[in-house]
Amino acid sequence: METRMLEGGFADAPVGSAHAFRAAMQAMARPGRIEAIRGGSGPAPLSEAAATLLLTLCDPETPVHLAGAHDTDDIRGWITFHTGAPLVGAGAAVFALGTWEALAPLDRFAIGTPEYPDRSATLIVEMADLTPAGATLRGPGIRETAQLSLPEEMAFARNAALFPLGLDFFFTCGRSLAALPRTTKVS
Amino acid sequence: MKDLTEEAQTDRKAWMGLMAKAPAEALLSAFDAAGLAQDFTWLRVPETGGVMVRGRAGATGAAFNLGEMTVTRCALKLADGRVGHAVVQGRDRRKAEVAALCDALMQGVEAGAVRAAVLDPLAAAAAKRSGTRAAKAAATKVDFFTMVRGE
Repeated sequence: METRMLEGGFADAPVGSAHAFRAAMQAMARPGRIEAIRGGSGPAPLSEAAATLLLTLCDPETPVHLAGAHDTDDIRGWITFHTGAPLVGAGAAVFALGTWEALAPLDRFAIGTPEYPDRSATLIVEMADLTPAGATLRGPGIRETAQLSLPEEMAFARNAALFPLGLDFFFTCGRSLAALPRTTKVS
Repeated sequence: MKDLTEEAQTDRKAWMGLMAKAPAEALLSAFDAAGLAQDFTWLRVPETGGVMVRGRAGATGAAFNLGEMTVTRCALKLADGRVGHAVVQGRDRRKAEVAALCDALMQGVEAGAVRAAVLDPLAAAAAKRSGTRAAKAAATKVDFFTMVRGE
């Protein structure tokens, strides 16, 4: 039924998106912290956190790339109805969504230019679980160290070496959200 | 998207356009008088924004921006699953809600009732308005006759 694509928006958009944006901002400002984020829901296999993030951050000026199992007609229709974001290939994307395996290889995505390092892609990685254990994170926003269950370490270390260019990441699982900006050193 | 026949699509465009351009009081009073209100859930809560109206000089001239128009849009779902969309001129949220309700009802058994109570009176009023304007303009028309008619 097409109504699957039409449902799932914020019940109260101004309040819902404000809460969601605050969660995303806190997650990105304090890497390693796992925030709760809710409000949106999309067709399978979109998690609630990823759906809410898309509703909050995407609009007609932010092209979105769907990778792997997330590239379904239902999700495309859902994104188009709720956000108006164009759906594009990996190179043109401002946001990219998928599981870690589907998003690889990461060098398809824009990392910005020296004049405009912000013209890079932000990857929303859907995880099977998200716990404060695993890789060690150091850097701005982290007191001493933090732990996060990242899918691997090499890719993030390589990404941090590109600073000020590079990708930024959100990790979503159910209603949980964590983030990794390009300033964080992973080991 | 349900596969609509060409004719059904044109019909739907016609009634959506009619309600979009109708004056809010006319639409609301016709709908309230008909007593067709039903329970629904919001798919998109009414939100107001602007659209850029584009024009084209002649049939083949370049397109240009005619001006911005304020519109309010919403989408709702009736209890039985019918979805109604509306984009209406102006900032009136209740008008958008009623237009979307009518759009949803037109897709089912209440179509006849909605057409009789809401759409036909609105269409008649719109035709009367444009007819009056056309008559006023026609009164100012001057016919030129030439001695030698070349056509």
